[in-house]
Amino acid sequence: MDFSKELLKKLYCTMLRIRHCEESLIEPILDGSVRCPVHLYSGQEAIAAGVCSNLEEKDYVFGNHRSHGHYLAKGGDMNAMVAEIYGKSTGSAKGRGGSMHLIDVENGIMGVAPIVAGTISLALGAALSSKVKKDNRVTVTFFGDGATGEGVLYESLNFASLKKLPVIFVCENNYYSTHLHISEIRTNDNISEIAKPFGMACFKVDGNNIFDVYEKSKEAVNLCRGGKGPVFMEFLTYRLRGHVGPDDNVQGSHTDIRPKEEIENWRKKDPLIFLSSYLLKNNIFSQQQLDEMKKEVEKEVSAAKAFAVNSEKPSKEELNYYVFKQ
Amino acid sequence: MSSNNNRELSYSLAINEAITQLMDADSTVMLIGQGVKSPWYVGNTCNDLIKRFGEERVIDTPVSENAMTGAAVGAAIAGMKAMVVHPRADFVLYAFDPIINQAANWHYMSGGQSNVPVVFWLIVNRGGEQAAQHSQALHSVFAHIPGLKVVMPSTAYDAKGLMIASINDNNPVVFSDDRWLYSQKGIVPEELYEIPMGKGIVRNEGKDITLVSYSYMAVESAKAVGELKKESVSVEFIDLRTIKPFDEDLIINSVKKTGKLVVADGSWKTNSFASEIISSVNEKAFEFLKAPSARVCLPDTPAPSASSLENVYYPDYKNIIDAIKSVLKWKKEK
Ligand SMILES: Cc1ncc(C[n+]2csc(CCOP(=O)(O)OP(=O)(O)O)c2C)c(N)n1
Ligand SMILES: [Mg+2]
Repeated sequence: MDFSKELLKKLYCTMLRIRHCEESLIEPILDGSVRCPVHLYSGQEAIAAGVCSNLEEKDYVFGNHRSHGHYLAKGGDMNAMVAEIYGKSTGSAKGRGGSMHLIDVENGIMGVAPIVAGTISLALGAALSSKVKKDNRVTVTFFGDGATGEGVLYESLNFASLKKLPVIFVCENNYYSTHLHISEIRTNDNISEIAKPFGMACFKVDGNNIFDVYEKSKEAVNLCRGGKGPVFMEFLTYRLRGHVGPDDNVQGSHTDIRPKEEIENWRKKDPLIFLSSYLLKNNIFSQQQLDEMKKEVEKEVSAAKAFAVNSEKPSKEELNYYVFKQ
Repeated sequence: MSSNNNRELSYSLAINEAITQLMDADSTVMLIGQGVKSPWYVGNTCNDLIKRFGEERVIDTPVSENAMTGAAVGAAIAGMKAMVVHPRADFVLYAFDPIINQAANWHYMSGGQSNVPVVFWLIVNRGGEQAAQHSQALHSVFAHIPGLKVVMPSTAYDAKGLMIASINDNNPVVFSDDRWLYSQKGIVPEELYEIPMGKGIVRNEGKDITLVSYSYMAVESAKAVGELKKESVSVEFIDLRTIKPFDEDLIINSVKKTGKLVVADGSWKTNSFASEIISSVNEKAFEFLKAPSARVCLPDTPAPSASSLENVYYPDYKNIIDAIKSVLKWKKEK
């Protein structure tokens, strides 16, 4: 497949925006100015970027507790996200949700929620609505390897297949759910196999290789758009940060049991390094051009932080707003 | 067993000791649940349990609340004393069927042929801008269900005694604790002992007003009682410890003396267990009441994230003081 220069730049910048935005949160988490639980997406950027760049604005995504990347890649506003993480009234959920409840309905980010597997069936319903309305939307639900423990995933796979719904089940397999290695929660790590008996297309993809992610996602989106959904996609990846916050061990819970060599090995497979070295090696962009892209991204990230820091907290008189739509 | 009568232990280590000692004494006791290996989930309540009792009786699980809870219920039906821990009460919402449809109804549905000695241990974990799905306290919901007992200890001593009583009970028990209590210290006897279920305790005798609470709100209540003492307001403070069944007589007798009642409950106001207490006092001691009773609860709103909202969302001792003062001030309008 040919990747145009323009597309490569878009993919690279999306990944870079996610990485820089995530890493910019580390200092405020450690100094206590960000207080809500933050599950950083660093290391998994190629998945959000590769999947979402195949989606149209009208398409729907649902996410989980680790969804900053999904939100940014689908076109969510960075200012509103960072402000939400800071608990400000200018945030995407006006300070009611925090990092784990990002939303931007206009851009098709229908909602994210930290109850494991909690939004999978919601994605099912969104896809059902597209089928009824014939609006040709595709719905993507992002979840982790941990969610394969929840029964609702299998119930949803069955129903999606039964009704041929235009939904893509995206499992980001980073080999850990909180403190447990995948070998402690499953008899095998071959997650993509779980969808096969339901008779849907299943892909197993290197989630740190943006080219593979992009191509396979394109195929999945095309299948769904053409009435050949649903599709199940397993992306193999690794988080470069703690389960919650930058480093579970530094932050006191001492629950990151991942072996040092394993982390080091995955660092070498950093999806951003993979892409930038490809771009340089093939003379698609010069180092200087990459540096310029980085500068742009850094500017956007510090503007978002300034926006968040300078915004007001919701006032206490508004505590009971939004319980019902008036 | 020799006993050191002055030993201090934290609330969470009192739970740990209760489970450790019972597992030692009774090989049918088992614990299953997510995070029993990880202090991030369960604090130090499960320290060394796997090391001592092995991975057959102490099981860290996949993220499968419904099946794991059902498994605990099934193990109990088959003769184990099973406990399942949900490290956040919010996660138990995936497991309502085994708890409510199955366990709670089981003994009744079987005409008494089969009983379910299971403990549903739910840890309330809130604050810290965790927002609506990581903050919920659901004890009032469970207290609504026939066939379930619900215990809510507030001290280290009670935590140990009620955990032991819960595990030894022949019926399904919801053991509801709160991460905000885990560092509370208290004197805890070293031996095995039970706090009888359904028995509250008068923590402070008083004559002006009766204050009832349980779990973390009992800590805020004790603070309120201390503050009010300085203003010469004499509060009779009852820590209920168990809400289902609850110590109705203890409350009624106190209200007969004081004529006034405030209940502080850490769940939402509408249909909170506070409402149940107040209606039973209305039924049984109406003629003794000198003022309308008051509830100190969460507003009927999901938990917010922003700290500015959290600060007003969770009631504390000041809200209890305000409620007590307004009940004391109440006068019938002519
Ligand atoms: C229903 C439910 N149970 C338990 C949890 C606690 N929890 C938070 S994240 C997580 C697992 C996450 O693992 P995974 O799904 O693989 O996503 P990752 O964090 O690796 O991105 C768990 C069990 C939860 N949020 N919801
Ligand atoms: Mg994972």
